[in-house]
Amino acid sequence: MEIQRREFIAAIGSSAAVGLAGCAALGGDDGDGPEISGETLTLTTTTSTYDTGLLDELNAPFEDRYGVTVDTVSQGTGAAIETGRSGDSDVVMVHARSQEDEFMEDGYAINRRDLMFNDFIIIGDPDDPAGISGSDDAVEAFAQIAESESAFVSRGDNSGTHTQELEIWEEAGFEGGEFGEWYQEAGQGMGEVIVQTGQSGGYTLSDRGTYLSMINDTDLEIHVEGPVEDGPEILSNPYGIFAINPGVHDNVNYDLAMAYIGFITSLEGQEIIEEYTVEGEQLFFPEAIAEEPNFQQYVPEDWDGSNSD
Amino acid sequence: MPLDLPILSLLFVDFPFEWNYIRSIIRVSLYVSITAVVLSTLFSIPVALLVGFKDFRGKTLLTSIINTGMGFPSVVVGLIVLFTVSNEGPLGSWDLVFTPEAMIMSQFVLAAPVITGVSLAAVSSVEQNVRDAAYAMGGTKMDVALVTIKEARYGIATAVLAGFGRAISEVGSVLIVGGNIAGSDGTSVTRTLTTAIQLEARQGRFETAMILGAILVVLVLLVNAIVVRLGNGGGRYG
Repeated sequence: MEIQRREFIAAIGSSAAVGLAGCAALGGDDGDGPEISGETLTLTTTTSTYDTGLLDELNAPFEDRYGVTVDTVSQGTGAAIETGRSGDSDVVMVHARSQEDEFMEDGYAINRRDLMFNDFIIIGDPDDPAGISGSDDAVEAFAQIAESESAFVSRGDNSGTHTQELEIWEEAGFEGGEFGEWYQEAGQGMGEVIVQTGQSGGYTLSDRGTYLSMINDTDLEIHVEGPVEDGPEILSNPYGIFAINPGVHDNVNYDLAMAYIGFITSLEGQEIIEEYTVEGEQLFFPEAIAEEPNFQQYVPEDWDGSNSD
Repeated sequence: MPLDLPILSLLFVDFPFEWNYIRSIIRVSLYVSITAVVLSTLFSIPVALLVGFKDFRGKTLLTSIINTGMGFPSVVVGLIVLFTVSNEGPLGSWDLVFTPEAMIMSQFVLAAPVITGVSLAAVSSVEQNVRDAAYAMGGTKMDVALVTIKEARYGIATAVLAGFGRAISEVGSVLIVGGNIAGSDGTSVTRTLTTAIQLEARQGRFETAMILGAILVVLVLLVNAIVVRLGNGGGRYG
């Protein structure tokens, strides 16, 4: 973690001049670039980014600079992607790499960028009925929850968090549908699931951001930490952003979508992400700018280089 | 704040949000619901008069379709409207998805059967001899319709209120077609009182949700009071 943050700060230092030059060029109206002032961008994103309040911090300076409006629709990752698939949003910000890759391979999304990351944590009742507190093995902790038949509240909504949760269960030897009565599918957003978990005295998998933003409203405690606090890698939670392919949906506002992606992956946008805190804790860690850029991020994992259509 | 909103300062709670934000949510809620109800009324009352007065094949079927529509699940309406206005739907080129206009469409579909159904009952109960008398005095069809509407005005006011109640308290379809959008300047684009309550509850801020709920209830009471007043011609309570 420390290493990544240092890389990021180094990147700010070394490329500030380039960034400023880029901003000046983009900001001018006298160039040959597209005129986007006065237009509206529709962003579909996950409840986890929306509920933390980060998007308001990111959108306000973007709207000011370009004289545009951002309409943010917060859904689960699955729904956010589906809305993009029908061309009803211009840009999508989500956190489920496997779903994003599939979407890109289908040709609906282009120009994906790694944006930022935070991590998942296993939170639960302070009494810790399954005895998992302090474990550094998320898979083992899930197995213990199952063994003790403690209540587990699942998002159950095809969100990025739900996708990750099912992956951990699979590692722990559970396939879908094999759970007992202790496993409850809420079918709702993270906040609602945290509230519901508090009522049931059990456990859930949460992204750290939503948990921190609700820390005053819940008794639940962190029992297993994610990689931000040196926890296991399986709890890492990377966010990506991509534009909807204007070749598939010619009504999408592609220019504005790319301006938005450019802004939030710029030094300014990444700094806003870096500096955003709730209750004194940093929620998201910028990932778009690094000393050693990750070229692989543009390519879906296991991409064989051909168009399947 | 206390100057703006003296009643809420009596609640002895921290008012946890911007008054501007609340005002914009109330404005969007009222705009969407009232527009939908006005459009539904303009559509429903002629339909109720026609169905009430004319005898035709399939009248029973049409009546039962209207009655079924009164209880039609709002999320299903939301889904259907979403498919209609989505970029890939038949009205895709109108660019209506996630706009107040799409929300008006879905609330129209929800409110129209309620207003039609209740008005139909009111119109049908107007005595035949009232209509006969209107004809006998040389009234045109329009005159007869107006006399009937006048006779049935309490029932029709009840119908409009029932439609309004359904529209403004509805959450499922406006969430789906409107997207619950608020701008970063803290004002609502497609966020209504109900979807704001849903959002606050999802984030565990139940106090805020309760206050919004109280505002919604007060608003519905106010609108009811106003309509009842109008129905009485501004005079005595009936």
